[in-house]
Amino acid sequence: MTTTARRRRAATSRAGAPVGFVLLAALAVGFLAIPLIGLLGRTPWGTLGAELATPRVLLALRLSLICSLGAVAVSVLLGVPLAFLLARVAFPGRNIVRALTTLPMVLPPVVGGVALLLAFGRRGLVGQWLDRAFGITLPFTTAGAILAEAFVAMPFLVITVEAGLRAMDRRFEDAAATLGAGRWLTFRRVTLPLIAPSLGAGIALCWARALGEFGATITFAGNLPGVTQTMPLAVYIALETDLEAAIALSLVLLVISLALLIALRDRWFPTA
Amino acid sequence: MSLAAELGLTLGELELEVELAVGTGELVVLLGPNGAGKTTLLRALAGLVPLRQGRVVLDGVVLDDVAAGEHVPTEQRPVGFVFQDYLLFPHLTALENVAFGLRARGLAKTEARHRAAAWLERVGLAAHTRSRPRALSGGQAQRVALARAMVSDPRLLLLDEPLAALDAATRTEVRRDLRRHLASFDGTRLLVTHDPLEAIALADRLVVLEAGHLTQTGTPAEVSAQPRSRYVAELVGVNLYRGLADGRSVRLPDGGAVVAADLNYGEVFAAIHPHAVALHRQPPEGTPRNVWSGTADTLEVIGDRVRIRVTGLVPIVAEVTPAAASELHLGDGGPVWATVKATEVTVYPA
Amino acid sequence: MLRSRIRLTAALAVAALVLAACGGRDDNSGGSSSAASPSEIKVFAAASLTAAFTKLGEDYSAANGGTKVTFNFAGSQALATQIQQAAPADVFASADITNMDKVKDLVNTPQNFASNLLAIVVEKGNPKDVKGLEDLAKPDLKVVLAAEEVPAGKYAKQILDEAGVSVTPVSQEDNVKAVVTKVSLGEADAGIVYVTDVSAGGNKIEGVDIPEEQNVVATYPIATVKASKAPDKAQAFMDLVLSAEGQQVLKEYGFLPPPTT
Repeated sequence: MTTTARRRRAATSRAGAPVGFVLLAALAVGFLAIPLIGLLGRTPWGTLGAELATPRVLLALRLSLICSLGAVAVSVLLGVPLAFLLARVAFPGRNIVRALTTLPMVLPPVVGGVALLLAFGRRGLVGQWLDRAFGITLPFTTAGAILAEAFVAMPFLVITVEAGLRAMDRRFEDAAATLGAGRWLTFRRVTLPLIAPSLGAGIALCWARALGEFGATITFAGNLPGVTQTMPLAVYIALETDLEAAIALSLVLLVISLALLIALRDRWFPTA
Repeated sequence: MSLAAELGLTLGELELEVELAVGTGELVVLLGPNGAGKTTLLRALAGLVPLRQGRVVLDGVVLDDVAAGEHVPTEQRPVGFVFQDYLLFPHLTALENVAFGLRARGLAKTEARHRAAAWLERVGLAAHTRSRPRALSGGQAQRVALARAMVSDPRLLLLDEPLAALDAATRTEVRRDLRRHLASFDGTRLLVTHDPLEAIALADRLVVLEAGHLTQTGTPAEVSAQPRSRYVAELVGVNLYRGLADGRSVRLPDGGAVVAADLNYGEVFAAIHPHAVALHRQPPEGTPRNVWSGTADTLEVIGDRVRIRVTGLVPIVAEVTPAAASELHLGDGGPVWATVKATEVTVYPA
Repeated sequence: MLRSRIRLTAALAVAALVLAACGGRDDNSGGSSSAASPSEIKVFAAASLTAAFTKLGEDYSAANGGTKVTFNFAGSQALATQIQQAAPADVFASADITNMDKVKDLVNTPQNFASNLLAIVVEKGNPKDVKGLEDLAKPDLKVVLAAEEVPAGKYAKQILDEAGVSVTPVSQEDNVKAVVTKVSLGEADAGIVYVTDVSAGGNKIEGVDIPEEQNVVATYPIATVKASKAPDKAQAFMDLVLSAEGQQVLKEYGFLPPPTT
């Protein structure tokens, strides 16, 4: 190749992406898109409305909403203070606690469900005390489903909020203190608004994860329409007998997930 | 009504040991190079940094007493703080920013906004009450920060390099306004800067902080006339030597000597202004008592004068006219003789 | 220079992908094309057959020069759906005829090889003192059943309906073994499972008989899958199950012989 030709080729490659990357990226897109296209392709568009209106589906939808929002509430109530402590207080064992909070993210959900049973089941470590002292059992209840979903989804909230707290300029809190604001007021009127984007992203991720949770729910909470049969469980059961209903349900979940992703497109990880 | 503080603290690599008193009515400016601990000192006075030892008393009220275990938390101190980059809350309007301190201390919303609006008008920003900080210029933001700090009538006003974030043009104008606002403030004021111009323009009294310790205090005139550290000497633009005086001669640690006109004994500083230094290419004749040989090093043009750094046994900076500089071909470097009349040497106890 | 390095990386990546795709799913002999018959077969069997079929698989391997048998135990309804979706099964053994019918176009002629009865399963020691089907309707009793789509669940519903007992389960499990698990763990008080599950379920559970007149006979058919890549080996397994030897194994695990008609 002559020098001029080589220079010309080099010039074009610098203008765009290397050819190899484009190829691999195309493969990646295909890998991710084809299953979704498959789902859309097999959707029974004609009967979709009827499928979605059946009592079983509506029940699952309603239950999914209740449980996932409940899980988000639990995650926010417990997770935000935890994130605050992890980000701001150098307590002994902090690294262990942080590893612990991320554990549900890497644990196979079914394993999470088994662990929950051993802890909160009727014969579980804490569960048996709950049963004896208060007559409260968690398995087979909607509360149990909320617990299972919160278990897997809370880490997402904690991680995102902790990152946001670390990234923010803490001197704003100093400024608030010099203006006479106590710790709680500072948190409410300065810190929270400043980390609002991270909190929002954390809540959205948490909600999406809770909505899609299956393994821990079916293991710990069980499967009963109207009580514990959330959408993913309903899809799983329907898959074995009524493929069309399964596809319709899957479509609903897909649309919700897509909507969440679009809403979060600029905010996957919070920047300072 | 005043501030009396003696404090010692360690923050990372910085060891701060300072004894400071500020009376009412005097605007004290804390001057020092970057890293000297100026901001840390202000933060300690505000209660944001814990003390290792010491005592801070404001208007007779103990804010910190390490020995007695007393520490008043920041939010309970009657302190106003203007931060270096203002730290206006980005999610609040200018009005809400200024009203924040009032509302935090329990004032009702309407009353707080009313007072905040009055202050914004006082600093000339009545038209910007609804603006968010990002929509304000540097000068405007600085004024909002000032209003925010002052609206609650603090007893101690701390300003951390209030003009540093502004460009040169805005700075002069804002400095004038700042002076006016500070003058009308009836509590104790402490301002920090690294800009000597600002220090001299604003200060009633200057306090110089270097590497965590106070090296000098006095009016700007006093400090400029008798610098006591290399840092101040360079700020003022004066040659400074420290040595042992024995009569008219001051012996320098490296072996050289400076001869002054009057008698002194003991550890002293000797200051020589650059324009008192004459340079020659040949060993000079005549009366000057100080004759040093050295090498012409770097050249700098300052306004209509030229400053030459001369290295040698007694390093010195000389200031000559451009004509003289070119006549002597000082730009080429090479050996030179520097002479200073004894009467031009100022000596004072170290 | 950088360009050719990137090209090389891309080529290697594509090659790796291709190799992974071919090299494949199971240990086919030498990765060559499917001209040679694979040395293992896949048996899809109802969850209740877990213990018995695992034993039969070992016997089969020993008798057939080490041909491996891999099992997929799950609810029969799940297995039928998988076969409909062209999952690579060689043999299908279902816990009811309904699910075998679901795939009748995809399998060769099925044959009934066993039957089973159902029983109530409770925790060891029967702490809630369950004596019969009527007790399952007690409001404070936590009863777990298999989902209605699962054969065990279908049979349970049949039994309860015919006995006139109305039970609200706390959960509808995906396969009958999950019912056993919930009772073993102590989460549920009782469930309805196969008689064979009670004996296979370990020492944390015990069974309560359902009298014959209230009980239902589950018929288990077995068939070879038409799309099997090893039809001879599949047939050999099915023959083993139907043989006297196989029937003896099933009997040892608590199964009854297939209905005579």
